[in-house]
Amino acid sequence: MISSDIQIVLPEIILALFAMGALLGAVYTGKDKTASFLTWLTAGVFLVLGAWIGLNGQGTQEAFGGMFIDDSFSRFAKVVILFSAAAVLIVSIDYMAKRDLLRFEYPILVALATVGMMVMVSAGDLMALYMGLELQSLALYVVASLRRDSAKSTEAGLKYFVLGALSSGLLLYGASLTYGFAGTTLFSGILTAVGHDVSIGLLFGMVFMMSGFAFKVSAAPFHMWTPDVYEGSPTPVTAFFATAPKVAAMGLFARVVYDAFGGVVGDWQQIVMMLSILSMFVGAIAAIGQTNIKRLMAYSSIAHMGFALMGLAAGTAMGVEAMLVYMSIYVTMNIGTFAFILSMEKDGKPVTEIKALSMYSKKEPLKALALLVLMFSLAGVPPMLGFMGKLAVFRAALEADLVWLAVAAGIASVIGAFYYLRVVYYMYFGEDSDALDGTMSPVAWGMLVASAVIMLVGIVNLFGIVPMAAEAAQALVN
Amino acid sequence: MEKFILLAPFVGSLIAGFGWRFIGEKGAQWLTTGILFLCAALSWVLFLNFDGQAYTIHLLDWINSGTLNTDWAIRIDRLTVIMLIVVNTVSSLVHLYSMGYMAHDENWGHHEHYKARFFAYLSFFTFAMLMLVTSDNLVQMFFGWEGVGVASYLLIGFYYKKPSANAAAMKAFVVNRVGDFGFALGIFGLYMLTDSIQFDVIFDNAPHLAETQLHFLWSDWNAANLLAFLLFVGAMGKSAQLILHTWLPDAMEGPTPVSALIHAATMVTAGVFLVCRMSPLFEYAPETKSFIMYLGAATAFFAATVGLVQNDIKRVIAYSTCSQLGYMFVAAGAGIYGAAMFHLFTHAFFKAMLFLGAGSVIHAMHHEQDMRNYGNLRKKIPFTFWAMMIGTLAITGVGIPLTYYGFAGFLSKDAIIESAYASGNGFAFWALVIAALFTSFYSWRLMFMTFYGKERGDHHAHEHAHESPLVMLVPLGVLAMGAIFAGMIWLKPFFGDHDKMTEFFGMPHHVAATEEGAAADHAAPAEEHAATDAAHGEVAADASHAAMAAEHHGAERGAIYMSDASNEVLDAAHHSPVWVKVSPFIAMLIGFFTAWVMYIRKPHLPAQLAANQAPLYNFLLNKWYFDELYDFVFVQPAKAIGRFFWKRGDEQTIDGGINGLAMGIVPFLTKLAGRAQSGYVFTYAFAMVLGIAVILTWVTLTGGSH
Amino acid sequence: MSVAAIAFYCFALTTVAGGLFTVVSRNPVHSVLWLILSFLSSAGLFVLLGAEFIAMLLMIVYVGAVAVLFLFVVMMLDIDFAELKAEMAKYMPLALLIGVIILLQLAMAYGSWAYSDGFETRLAAPQGDMQNTAALGLLVYDKYIMLFQLAGLILLVAMIGAIVLTLRHRQNIKRQDVLAQLYRDPAKAMELKDIKPGQGL
Repeated sequence: MISSDIQIVLPEIILALFAMGALLGAVYTGKDKTASFLTWLTAGVFLVLGAWIGLNGQGTQEAFGGMFIDDSFSRFAKVVILFSAAAVLIVSIDYMAKRDLLRFEYPILVALATVGMMVMVSAGDLMALYMGLELQSLALYVVASLRRDSAKSTEAGLKYFVLGALSSGLLLYGASLTYGFAGTTLFSGILTAVGHDVSIGLLFGMVFMMSGFAFKVSAAPFHMWTPDVYEGSPTPVTAFFATAPKVAAMGLFARVVYDAFGGVVGDWQQIVMMLSILSMFVGAIAAIGQTNIKRLMAYSSIAHMGFALMGLAAGTAMGVEAMLVYMSIYVTMNIGTFAFILSMEKDGKPVTEIKALSMYSKKEPLKALALLVLMFSLAGVPPMLGFMGKLAVFRAALEADLVWLAVAAGIASVIGAFYYLRVVYYMYFGEDSDALDGTMSPVAWGMLVASAVIMLVGIVNLFGIVPMAAEAAQALVN
Repeated sequence: MEKFILLAPFVGSLIAGFGWRFIGEKGAQWLTTGILFLCAALSWVLFLNFDGQAYTIHLLDWINSGTLNTDWAIRIDRLTVIMLIVVNTVSSLVHLYSMGYMAHDENWGHHEHYKARFFAYLSFFTFAMLMLVTSDNLVQMFFGWEGVGVASYLLIGFYYKKPSANAAAMKAFVVNRVGDFGFALGIFGLYMLTDSIQFDVIFDNAPHLAETQLHFLWSDWNAANLLAFLLFVGAMGKSAQLILHTWLPDAMEGPTPVSALIHAATMVTAGVFLVCRMSPLFEYAPETKSFIMYLGAATAFFAATVGLVQNDIKRVIAYSTCSQLGYMFVAAGAGIYGAAMFHLFTHAFFKAMLFLGAGSVIHAMHHEQDMRNYGNLRKKIPFTFWAMMIGTLAITGVGIPLTYYGFAGFLSKDAIIESAYASGNGFAFWALVIAALFTSFYSWRLMFMTFYGKERGDHHAHEHAHESPLVMLVPLGVLAMGAIFAGMIWLKPFFGDHDKMTEFFGMPHHVAATEEGAAADHAAPAEEHAATDAAHGEVAADASHAAMAAEHHGAERGAIYMSDASNEVLDAAHHSPVWVKVSPFIAMLIGFFTAWVMYIRKPHLPAQLAANQAPLYNFLLNKWYFDELYDFVFVQPAKAIGRFFWKRGDEQTIDGGINGLAMGIVPFLTKLAGRAQSGYVFTYAFAMVLGIAVILTWVTLTGGSH
Repeated sequence: MSVAAIAFYCFALTTVAGGLFTVVSRNPVHSVLWLILSFLSSAGLFVLLGAEFIAMLLMIVYVGAVAVLFLFVVMMLDIDFAELKAEMAKYMPLALLIGVIILLQLAMAYGSWAYSDGFETRLAAPQGDMQNTAALGLLVYDKYIMLFQLAGLILLVAMIGAIVLTLRHRQNIKRQDVLAQLYRDPAKAMELKDIKPGQGL
């Protein structure tokens, strides 16, 4: 019994043991001198685990009496999480080493956060959900204030922590209401207890839990922390925030609404729609006023979460599939974009002003072109991959007869295109200036270009992720 | 071979257009010219070896949607091969000629590269034209039709620094759109009724169409008549027939080789080609055919009158082209498609040569185009003079009456005039005869003003007048050969001999028609013409052959189709009275003498006449005031409407609305969102709680899903 | 009303009141004390439920350690709560309104509370004569072993975080090196030099 359980959670156990071993090893050897090596190693472990999970897993298995579910949905999410976390770690080494931020605890905390994320997307029980969530969040709070000498960074960490605690409270409140109704914390038990009819108390429980998730995916109106935290955190950490945790939180969101509340789709559907529309519009409209590219990316991710939620709001397997595809594309675009933002510097100091990109195309035509592709893709301009993601969620919404949701999303994406194009505008038509002089590490350059190329080449068949996402969605929705 | 002929010019165009930096301007010129000569040679091989049986070569599937299945295919039949030699021969010669003509163009600076572009356009035009003539369905034809339109636009506006050239290019494009609209409607209609755009299917359905009624605009029409008419509207635009003719004279803004290739020999004849190609349909549309005759005759007459008074050498020839196209349409309208194609064929030679000759004169006179500044040039540019002389003899129709000996124009024009007479349309006949008189007059006027008399205008230009280089003279020589001999060689298969014609175009024999015709003819007038006409005896002898051919009437189809009525007209044309046959010759002589008197004997006469008959003169000089009329009726109102939509509709309503939204409301919301982002934790927490409260209220009110 | 019921309502009311005053009290130290009261009465509730072990844990860990730590932290912080409160007071009417709305809605939810079918059977405690501690041990180390381990990881992260964010290695201070002290050779600790008069070193 227990050995088969362990078999199922082996990737998580390995990662946790690795984190602890690395901690011990680093403390008793070179400490921060080992940080660079450790970061590479952690990224390597992520990649190996990701490949292992992706290639090895099959079928649906449950461990610990249903508290932990290993199905193709969780595997899809885990692979995306692990790969994106690895990519962010690799990209950030150069930046952090230059700014004297590269401490050996950083990769270890990221690894532990990743364990939390993996538990989140595999959770089959309210308690497991909460444990995963907190493991992830706590590690993120710490890395947010990693630059502890900077007021902004500590402020970011603190804000994130306080508001995160509030959202955890809401989530727990909702969980206890649900437990109070169902008498069990297992999702499968809740599913049978709820049936197809929902009482007002359970509805409230659901709302509170969903607002907790909405906080984690930074969906409006629970998004307020995002711009401040993105801006204050060290840029590599911001890159991390924008990628893997979003996938995990979105996966958790989908997991709960389908596994626990799959019988009452109509009830949560309208809440998700509301979150989706609000996020899309808040993200698009508020981003217009931004001058800092990190804040811009924060609003960008809010808007993108709105689009991903649109897929979820469809309430169909196709919608989940679209959401997964969207998230994969979103993560890829963001890694490329942040690889570029990491390289923005002047006189050795990081620059985050958008205006600093003026006439960048003259100085670095290739990089500017790559960023142009990414910005177009983020804006959803065909034929970039970002368009395909948007197309998928639009189609899912339309097939679910949510026409006005799709219309609203269309308007929001038009508004949102403005600020992406403004970045391009500065690069190609801005006033002449020599604002940026930094060089890019080969790794970051590779990530940027690879990401841009993927955006262009991927339209052929999206690298075959669609059938995988479809399988994952099927496993979840059944 | 067919594929090479079709695609090689396109490849050449691409290489010359995009790759001239690698192969150089010289390379681009030689490449495109070489390819075209090769194509021309192959076309002649194809033409001479062609046995009259049509076949199709499938290139690729093009459109596959519902019942609309279109291949990209090459249809080879007699019409196609005729057009192939016309297009490729003239095009190759024009390519060669352009190497000399475009060598030093004063519209361009020293460092500007224009030659490769010019040759790429020329080759592209050739490709599009070939596409048009080789198509086996209407959509592919429309593709070529629009392709030549684009090429024509590009080449008319080749001197894009000249506002007049740009305006002319636009005019040509816009006027052609009117015609194309009709053409497109015709295609739609045919597709609607026959469920296909393949020629074969449409032709098979043509008899059925003739019995179908189609509701269009305000009334029911006979489907065949209506659709044929719509197609003819397209032909009117492309072939510059009356009403839609205004763009052709203006198109002379383009370089002269372009005028020779596009606006004389090939593109403008596409309309005639279309009518001939669709002959199985037109044969079932008698009203439309008679309309075509009237319009063609009117155009021939109108253009000839305007040509009388023009002073720009190219415009004279342009109106002459317009007029000759009218001739072709009269023949087509009479159902004698062979004569139409014959005139198309001969006209291509002598008109291209006239244009190229005019180009040579212009080249010699340093781009002076006003004939009033010419005079006495025959000594300075003798070769050009003789070439032009041959061209003039050809266009005016010099030959020995009542025989088959004469310049190309003599034979083909007479054929048309006889057909017009035979069709019984008196207006068309007389209009054409008078037009022939005028043609002779203005052609000789051109010759006399250019090559005889005193030197007028700029002395400097006259002193430096020089013969053109060899590359320009060789095409003139080749075309001159065509202008002299083309008519005599091919008269019989095109028109002169009924059976040769049937075989030439691969037509199944017209059993009933010829037998009836033969019977009727034999009864009364046949005795009179027995000597001159061998056809009748042969027809009778061919009865068995005809019966055999009739069996697989459905299986094989000629390049053109002639109904019984048309065959009667053809026979009647062959037996037209002597006075009809000599009338164009007499008209030519009158025109010649008048011109001689007015420009050689008494050079002061024209001015006097113009002064005496000022209203008439101005009426002609201003081209019957067509441009002014159109400007008033169409252009100004269209501009007014456009301005209204632009200023009021677009700028105020749409732009205003969108800008108001984008620059007013959205920034306001942005500011609001920015203010909400206060930076205080409790604000954020408050927002979260507020959100919860709203959602809770929402779900309480809607009560979940129930 | 039985004694147990009376005791329940006493503890429950005290818990709620404690929580309320934790939030509204002006003095932060008083807040912490109210919090301790709330904890204590929760412990009482646990005793009433028969969960003595958890009740004791609550007393020892929360009251004994966490709350006292809070007290220290609050006393050491130099925050002008009055100013913060003034800032917040601006929003007070709106906040109250929203609070009331949420309360009303929750009241509505509780008023019409319905348990799911089969609620009782799912809730049933394991039968058997088992000690509180032993039962808890069985759950934590057997059924919920994964959650227990995850909780351990969370604590580990908390520890790492605390160290990362606060521990500083100051470069310019001398530290004790125990090993160096231990392995010091007394013979080499001091060197005697015989200096001839008038020559110097």
